Amino acid sequence: MRLSEHRYKTITSIAGPLLFVQGVSSARIGEVVKILTPDERQLEGEILEIREDTILIEVFAETRGLDIERSSIVLTDTLRTASLSPDITGRVFNGSFVPIDGLPMFIPEKKMPISGFAINPTARARPEEFIETGISVIDGLNTLVKGQKLPVFSCSGLPSKEVVAAILKNSRIMNAGTDPSGNRTKREGGGFIIVFSALGLTFLDYSYYMHILKEMGSRFVAFINMADEPAMERLLAPRHALTVAEYLAFEKGMDVLVIITDMTNYCDALREVSTAREELPGRRGYPGFMYSDLASLYERAGRIRGLNGSVTMLPVVTMPEDDITHPIPDLTGYITEGQIVLCRELHQKGIFPPVDVLPSLSRLMQRGIGEGHTRSDHRKVSNHLYKYYARGRDLRKLEAIIGREGMSEKDRIMLDFTDAFEREFVHQGMTRKTVSETLDTGLNLLKRFSLVE
Amino acid sequence: MMGRITGISGPTVSVDMKGLKLYELVHVGNAMLTGEVVKLEEKRAIVQVYEDTRGLGPDEPVQGTGMPMTVKLGPGLLSGMFDGLQRPLYKLKDLSGPFIRPAQDVSVLDPSGQWVFHPLRKKGDEVSRNEIIGYVVENHFQHFIACPHSCGGRLAWIADGNIRIDEPVGRLEDGSEIPVYHEWSVRVPRPYVRKFSPYEPLVTGQRAIDFLFSIAKGGTAIMPGGFGTGKTILEQSIAKFADVDIVVYAGCGERGNEMAEMIEEFEHLKDPWTGSSLMERTLLVINTSNMPVAAREASIYTAVSMAEYYRDMGYHVLLLADSVSRWAEALREISSSLEEMPGEEGYPTYLSSRLSSFVERAGVVETYSGKIGSLSMVLSVSPPGGDFTEPVTQSCLRTTGTFLMLDTSLAHRRHFPAINWFQSYSLYRAGLSGYYRENVSPKWEDVQMSCRDILQKEEALREVVEIVGIEGIQDPDRLLLHAAEMIRTQFLNQNAYTDDAFSSLDKTLASIERILDFYKHAAERLKQGAAIDEILSGTSF
Repeated sequence: MRLSEHRYKTITSIAGPLLFVQGVSSARIGEVVKILTPDERQLEGEILEIREDTILIEVFAETRGLDIERSSIVLTDTLRTASLSPDITGRVFNGSFVPIDGLPMFIPEKKMPISGFAINPTARARPEEFIETGISVIDGLNTLVKGQKLPVFSCSGLPSKEVVAAILKNSRIMNAGTDPSGNRTKREGGGFIIVFSALGLTFLDYSYYMHILKEMGSRFVAFINMADEPAMERLLAPRHALTVAEYLAFEKGMDVLVIITDMTNYCDALREVSTAREELPGRRGYPGFMYSDLASLYERAGRIRGLNGSVTMLPVVTMPEDDITHPIPDLTGYITEGQIVLCRELHQKGIFPPVDVLPSLSRLMQRGIGEGHTRSDHRKVSNHLYKYYARGRDLRKLEAIIGREGMSEKDRIMLDFTDAFEREFVHQGMTRKTVSETLDTGLNLLKRFSLVE
Repeated sequence: MMGRITGISGPTVSVDMKGLKLYELVHVGNAMLTGEVVKLEEKRAIVQVYEDTRGLGPDEPVQGTGMPMTVKLGPGLLSGMFDGLQRPLYKLKDLSGPFIRPAQDVSVLDPSGQWVFHPLRKKGDEVSRNEIIGYVVENHFQHFIACPHSCGGRLAWIADGNIRIDEPVGRLEDGSEIPVYHEWSVRVPRPYVRKFSPYEPLVTGQRAIDFLFSIAKGGTAIMPGGFGTGKTILEQSIAKFADVDIVVYAGCGERGNEMAEMIEEFEHLKDPWTGSSLMERTLLVINTSNMPVAAREASIYTAVSMAEYYRDMGYHVLLLADSVSRWAEALREISSSLEEMPGEEGYPTYLSSRLSSFVERAGVVETYSGKIGSLSMVLSVSPPGGDFTEPVTQSCLRTTGTFLMLDTSLAHRRHFPAINWFQSYSLYRAGLSGYYRENVSPKWEDVQMSCRDILQKEEALREVVEIVGIEGIQDPDRLLLHAAEMIRTQFLNQNAYTDDAFSSLDKTLASIERILDFYKHAAERLKQGAAIDEILSGTSF
């Protein structure tokens, strides 16, 4: 603890979001720094690196207007924390945790460092409670469970926000339990509380999402960084959001659904800092530590043994050039427990949600379906639908070469099934379907084409 | 020895301190974070810190320990779960709750732990270095305790019955003591008398591996695959069913939820070979992707040292690491914060030499105690973008014996395990053929050839079908396609969630022979004039 305020006017260089300051004693890594500009604005930053008495500061704001001669910095002797209180629900903040809904800041019950602590793997509870999203391709084939992190991989121009909105509005948690006679049943649990973190959101998307959130009453917390706001705030907003989510989940026992959109903007901000530091770039200029950095966000989803709440995460990633092997979706897919992949071709056919079933996957599905979770025939129906649809998609390629006439009767049936599957099972518009309706739709399709008895 | 911090960048800290040794363990800062010296210069040392450096500042003290980074080896490790620095995760949880806080010191082996010692030597016996003098029973294993490498002589005293872990079990006439546990520097391979070529297969219960691309006891295998190709599930299946005595599983930079799933499952499952709880033979080293990156780098060494310790008692040990790529990335992160000149794709130029010296710690050996033990490794690799030309996959390929290529397109078709049967290979085939001939069936190799032959021909035919359609090819070829499909769907495909998850060698052979017999008979009938549709309609997919 320092007794006096440490103020320095010894800035030696400014490069993009980075400041170098000389002659600093007793700084700490991660310490929050206030930067006073010549026009008396106050910016916030964090110490990234210390070399003898020179420190490197990353500024979480627009650095335009800063100068070397008159700007000064103040060390605050604190690490970055998030203010927490149950009163946080229903509020809207910017990426730096300043209220932007016109209301005053709430009185914090406690403060926690925003970088969080890793959950001890032995303290984790296995995610296995089914979440009914109301969307057939998710509930039926890529089931989401409480505590999972399941990203939506989208392409520019595809309706990812409508898909997210449908999940926001329609999700219900199904808790496994037992009825009085001892049979395993499921009953509908409470709803989610939504923690929404927007990174580089356009105004168009902003008004869409705010409309949806407002409909939810006060069951949400939002951190909004707009497309024209400082890129560096995009590194803070998701950490604020996740610290709030962990607090609500593991201290207040709530089921929290965290939406982060768009992770591509987050990674671009990360790249910006990295190149400003003149670090050696990795693939496509993204920094070599991006995997660990993304993991420090995604891995905060989960459940803890003996505690009630849960953090479920639904990040949105826009794949640059529709390329799933691009470093952002690639590294995301290596960390998350599956992915929901949107596809341009289905979108052009007018199918909503345009989810491509083949590359989509939910790794935690096996535990969350079947007797006591959804329905006993869930696994069978989903395996059959997947298998025949995959075969049908293969046959479509063949059809393009040899034409429908050259194909066997059996193959033609499979092609018809594939079309019907997309039109009737994947496509559902904005209507909500229960998992039972979803499985019935699938089962009827399989029966109609005589693929099951 | 004390010094002070002069600079901090990510996980690396520079210290103005002389007299440190390379790879010496140090305590960094007021919080006493654990670190390791990775670079020495004239006036300063660079330390890689194994914990979060947030909050660390210059001028804080740094203390040398004079010791390299070590693991404690003794009874009580089995069924344990450790982080990359061998801190027991259950004890950490009791100490600080569900979240891991930095700088917590917990002992690996319970110091008050009581064991019953069964002496195998008696007072007055001459014992040599590394010779086994007795054992304690750990789970259902005989945990042997040997004379240290540093001494030998006549036993002046040896314990019998109850012992404590922190007291010696024997004393030599020259006064040197034989401890129950010892510390071992993780980066140094444990010594052995000699190494043999692998001669016995490691049965995994996975038909595609056991039949086509065998792994040997004492051998090494890699399985690279893009995300969603089932690396983790395959690793875990092998961990469950492999016919080894002890399994060390290193979850290196992977998902926390998957580890939670594995822990819960392993606590309830039975070991198929002995019938006791699976956890009794298992040791987990877990450093998930959000735990500190430098500890991730150390975790595979921690794991391999513990694996070698049990090998030295004459056990067959299997080390599974998921995934080596995360280890390599940790190495890259550390290298870049040391400002080293990068090699390919930013990885340090010593990537492949580090990797090969790690992989070479596998093998079948004669131990100093005169027993035969083996250490096998199955390593998963996560190539970015599923591109196998990247440096980690390529370095692994040069040093390992079995290559199991996991194929994204197979995974999309839900063909699991998604092992590509054209690209994968096993260098142990020749060395193991004798074993299969004598212990399973003399026909093993012939059957294998026929199976490969059908799959090979299918590939060629498939190209033709794509052009002319299935109706455009001859009947014998249609039959072959059908047989190949049977091999793929009924033999190579194996569901990890059903009873089919494990298949013994005899069952594997019977299952492929059934398909080949069908093919042979069907081909006969075709020659005699039966219609192809009639033959095929009699079989189900």
